[in-house]
Order: sequence, then C-alpha cells, then structure tokens
Amino acid sequence: MIPVVFRTSGIRDLLEKALAGERFSREDGVRLFLTDDLAALGWAANLARERRHGDVAYYLKNRHINYSNICKYDCMFCSFFRSSHEAEGAWEWSVDEVLEHVAPYKDSGLREFHIVGGVHPDLPFSYYTDLLAALRREHPGVALKAFTAIEIAYFAELTGRSLREVLEALLEAGLDMIPGGGAEVFADRVRYKVCREKADADRWFEVHETAHALGIPTNATLLYGHIETVEERVDHLLRLREMQDRTLGLKSYVPLAFHPENNRLEKLGAPTGADALRNVAVGRLLLDNVDHVKAYWIMLGIQVAQLALAWGADDLDGTVTWERIYHMAGAKTPEGMTEERLQQVIREAGRIPVERDAFYNAVEREAVPA
Amino acid sequence: MKALERAYEKAAAHERLSREEGVTLLEHGDTHILAALAHQRRLRLHPEPVVTYIVERNINYTNSCVTYCRFCAFYRRPGHAEEYVLSHAQLGQKIEEVLEQGGIQVLLQGGHHPDLPLTWYEEMLRFLRTNYAMVNVHGFSAPEIEHIAGLENMPVGDVIARLRDAGLGTIPGGGAEILVDRVREILAPLKTTSEGWIDVHREAHRLGMRSTATMMFGHAETLAERVEHLERLRRLQDETGGFTAFILWTFQPQNTAMRRYPKLESHQYLRTASVSRLYLDNVANLQASWVTQGPRVAEISLRAGVNDMGSTMFEENVVSAAGTTYRMNAEQIERSIRLCGFEPRRRNVYYEEVAA
Repeated sequence: MIPVVFRTSGIRDLLEKALAGERFSREDGVRLFLTDDLAALGWAANLARERRHGDVAYYLKNRHINYSNICKYDCMFCSFFRSSHEAEGAWEWSVDEVLEHVAPYKDSGLREFHIVGGVHPDLPFSYYTDLLAALRREHPGVALKAFTAIEIAYFAELTGRSLREVLEALLEAGLDMIPGGGAEVFADRVRYKVCREKADADRWFEVHETAHALGIPTNATLLYGHIETVEERVDHLLRLREMQDRTLGLKSYVPLAFHPENNRLEKLGAPTGADALRNVAVGRLLLDNVDHVKAYWIMLGIQVAQLALAWGADDLDGTVTWERIYHMAGAKTPEGMTEERLQQVIREAGRIPVERDAFYNAVEREAVPA
Repeated sequence: MKALERAYEKAAAHERLSREEGVTLLEHGDTHILAALAHQRRLRLHPEPVVTYIVERNINYTNSCVTYCRFCAFYRRPGHAEEYVLSHAQLGQKIEEVLEQGGIQVLLQGGHHPDLPLTWYEEMLRFLRTNYAMVNVHGFSAPEIEHIAGLENMPVGDVIARLRDAGLGTIPGGGAEILVDRVREILAPLKTTSEGWIDVHREAHRLGMRSTATMMFGHAETLAERVEHLERLRRLQDETGGFTAFILWTFQPQNTAMRRYPKLESHQYLRTASVSRLYLDNVANLQASWVTQGPRVAEISLRAGVNDMGSTMFEENVVSAAGTTYRMNAEQIERSIRLCGFEPRRRNVYYEEVAA
C-alpha cells in the first residue's frame, strides 16, 4: 500500500507502478528524474531494492590498480589523464611494478583487482595480457576486473583483431570481469562535446555484448551531473535495459557523479546530493533486470553513499585502498576504508553487511575459532 | 505496527508528539516517510519555496579551557604551547574580512578560560560595538556564560545583562550536547548540567534576547535521550518562545578522548533531523549542518525538514580539529539552494530578510 503521506505526491501513479512491479516507460523515467519529491522517489526505489535484496548491503575487499594515466584521449571531464610520459604527474607501471605495489595483499583475503588506466599510446597489447597473467599467477584467488570498454576497443584497433579475439586473449590471460567505465553518457550530442575521441556508444555496447556472449560479466556506469539532459540520462538507462533483456550479462549499475576539479568542466560545479540519490533511485527503478545498484562511496562520499542504501543501492563497493581517478578530480574521500568501517556504515544504515566477491556471491566466512 | 501508524498520523495532522511517539519514529520510522512528513511540516511553517542563510563569521576568541570535555579536540589546557587568546587587533582584522564579503554577524565563542574576568569580555564586546556597530554579536554559549558567572560569583542573569549592555546581541545554542545528565557525565563531567544550560537560555529569553538551540548526538546517548533533549527544548520554548532555530549535528570523534566511538555518518543524521522538525513544533527554523555532514547531505536535508543552510562560517576550528573540514561560501550556498529547487534568501539572526 502507498503510505498516506505519499498519496498526494505528484508521482503517486509511478509509486503504484513500483508497487505492482511494472516496467517503467521513457516518460516515467523522465518524470522520476524531474520530481522534487525525493522522499517518495526513495520510497519506491527502496521497495524495488528490498524486493531483491531485503536488508542486505554488500561490500567487498578490493584494490584498484591504475597502471598508467597516460592517455591518447583528452576528455573534458577527466583530471586523471596525462598526454605523455613527459607531462608532469604522468606515470606508467611495468608489470613488475604493479606486482610490487600489490604484493602486500597476497593471501590477505582480497577478492578483486579493479584495473583501469588511460588509453596508452604505445604500450603493446602483450603488456595487458602479461599484466593479467602475472596477477593471476601471483594472486590466484583474486578476481581480475579489468579494462573499460574504451581500453578494450582500443586494443582491437591496436592489434587489428576483432573484439572477440581481443576478449578471448584477455580471457585466456586471466580476465574475469569488465568494469562499467567509459559509458559516460551514451548520447552522441554529449560525447561529441565532452569526449569525442573515445569509442562511441555503439562500440561500448559491442564490447559489452561480445563479453556477455563469451560469458564475461560486466558492469555499466553513467557519468552524470555535467552537460547531459534528463532525457539523455533516461535513454542511457533504457539502452542498458534493452541490452540486458537480451544478454543478462550486467552485474551492476554504477551511477558516477561528475567531479569538477582540475578539469575543463570545472565551472559547472558538482551535482547536488539530491541528484546523487535521484540517479541511484531512478537507476534502480528503470533497470528492473539488473541485479545490483552500486553506491560507489569513493565518489559519492561515504555519507551520501550510506543514504543511497535507502534510495535503491545495495552495494557500497569496496575497501579500495588506492584510488587516483576521482582523487585527482578533487574527491575528498579517503582513498581506502577498512572492512570494519564499511560494516559499521552499513549497520548504522539499518542494513546487514555481507561481504561479496567480484561476482556478487556472498563470501562464506570460515568460523572464527573461539 | 499500530504505535508507528498512530505517530505518523499525528505528525501528518500537525499534532504534538509525545516522548513515546518521538522514540517510536526515531526507532522504527521509515526514512522516506519521516522525510516527507518533516518536509510537509516545514512547508506549513514556511510555505514559500525559500531557503535562508546568513553571512556570518565564526570566531573562537580563545582555545584555553579548563572544562576538558571528552568529545572536544579544540581546547588546550592553560599553559599549553598552542594556547591562544585573540587580541582586539586580531578580532578587528577578522571582522574586516567579514565586512568585505557582506557579513553581518560574528559567532563568537571560546573555551572556558581560567582567569579572564567579566570585564575582559565586556571590553571585547565594547571594542566590537565601537568599531563595528553594524555587526551582530551572536556569542557565548550557555556553558561559557555559566563559567564566567562562576568565576565572578554572580547570578547568570546578571552576567547576561552585563554582556548585553556591552554589546552582546544574541546567544548561540552551543554546549547543549545532549540535555540529559547521565550522558553529560560521560561526555563532559565538568560542564554545565542540563538544567544549567536551560537556565541560561531562560534568563536570556527573560531579558528579551533570542537564542538558538543545538544538539550534538551520535555518542553515548540512547534514542530516548535524544527525544528527552528535544522535549526539554520544547518545554522551554513553550515557556519563553525565545529560540529562533534548532541545529543538530553528529559527534566527530577523531582526535578526541572519545575517538573509540564510531562516527555516525548521515543515515541517522537525516532521520534525526526529520524527527526533530516534527517534535519541535514550536521552533520555527531548522538549520542544515553542512559543517559536519558536508554540502551534499545538507542539500538532501532540504527535502527532509530543513529550511535554512546556516552560515558561511569563514573559518571553523572546532569540528575541523576533530578531522572534518567542509567549506561553503555564500555563492556555493546559493548555488546549492537553487539547484535543489528553492530560492536562496539572505537573513539576519532573527530570520528577517536582508539585502544580498
């Protein structure tokens, strides 16, 4: 039943739809984004969230590996990239250097490496396969979630091979999963203005669909809060939903807030906290075929991420430990968080913390000896 | 749950909530329903789509303190190398900076200095009045006033009257923490009792002065004690009507003697803000705490009962000493308010509109 306080809400009919578990239309999506009834929106998204996950909220022990920030492309929202080795603040790690950085995590119970970098102008494709193979060898229990669709599309260009061949080679080297980055906003209008050099939306989908066909699960993101319109956000979500109906390969949806420091879109300022909750909630409601919605705390801040657990999110991502992309864009969050703190944050929000692996399976904990 | 439904109904009908109903809402209320009910209450009190704020500077005239509150990371013991007391020249410079940016008020608070006499405070206020008559001094929380009264062996009412005569305009609500003595014993055994805090505000209101009320929560208190705090404020407000606003914030444990307490983030903050809006039916304004919650959560709170973005602060020394540093200037506050669908309006301490 719709709570009394929401019976006069301007989106009451959409609350009814959520209650009935009906699929939302494009027009519904636009109205959900535009409503100022943030409480009613949260109520509906929470309903959808609790139907799937009850009171559980997931987290995992992971570590980011940003192997290089040198990038052929120059996206206006990015504070991370450097155009060449010579540029100030540029880095590039050899496979051995990566191994050195993550050596302390051996047998630490880590579940995932999140591996993304710039679209590097001159590393050979063998670097990427060597990197995966070395990590798999040294850290056999840690899932390798690596390379956004943009990097993978570039590998195809670099090697002259098909996406399928590239993905098979990566799979062979140890790839387990593909992160959702590089989606930005699918609309051509937006990509032309802010990231015209990188792979377009069709290519992003081609990478993900090919991955799904090979049995590789992926995530999907939306970078909101810059020049996109509400309609463009909704179309983005609907395009993901349409693919998911066919492939069921998406594990989670991750709305990402634009961070306005040290890049050329600085003057736009940061999107509001209300907008953060709205993106989580509408994502949960529209993507009725995607299991998980992530409140990526590194980017939302732990406070908004905690609130997002009541606005449709069921996952806080992980301990992370080292993060550069958002911190170079002015993120004020710590670069890592202990497992204990993540559990506290989840409990305080009235949820039950469950450790997961990269594929969202609950981790079976060995009983602690008394 | 019948009790919960009944509490929702009463809140929706704008009826006064009992203590039990307050606790029921805090404990079992749905976060979204609480936010919606609180927002309805806010719209009833402030039907215009306006969110107010004040251009004010925070000034901490001393960090010297003999009260040693366990939740505080700001104070220094007398004789400590980092102990300071601001001179008139330093105060003046800070106020010049406020005036340059259109400021109209200082929030003037400090530690409980062991030996500054009442005349020292009077001189500071006279200095401010003589040189900056247009700036309202919103100063001296109840524990500071009680501390001065103790040093001078004077009734608090007389101390407040002398401070007022020297130029004090209004009194901030700091030092309330949780107005339950069991909790105060844990947090700050040497500080004002809850009755002492209430007395200072009662005296100030009796003298015709206005003040604000605060709550610092998320440490040793129970939910029932949070509601007891609200109850005590509501009772005094029924008696005097002197509170202009209520401000709540979460305890920041870093660098304090209570750092083992886990820091509350925003879920409890938002719920407690909403229930406060509903419970304090006789206090007109509820301020956002962007200082502890950050601008993003402050924006969210504008849909959960909050109608005021607080002040520009300029500098903040107490919460930042405990590891939390957020900043918002007037431009950023106005941008936040607009993006959240409200019209920003500059106000004074009495919540009257002032020219931007």
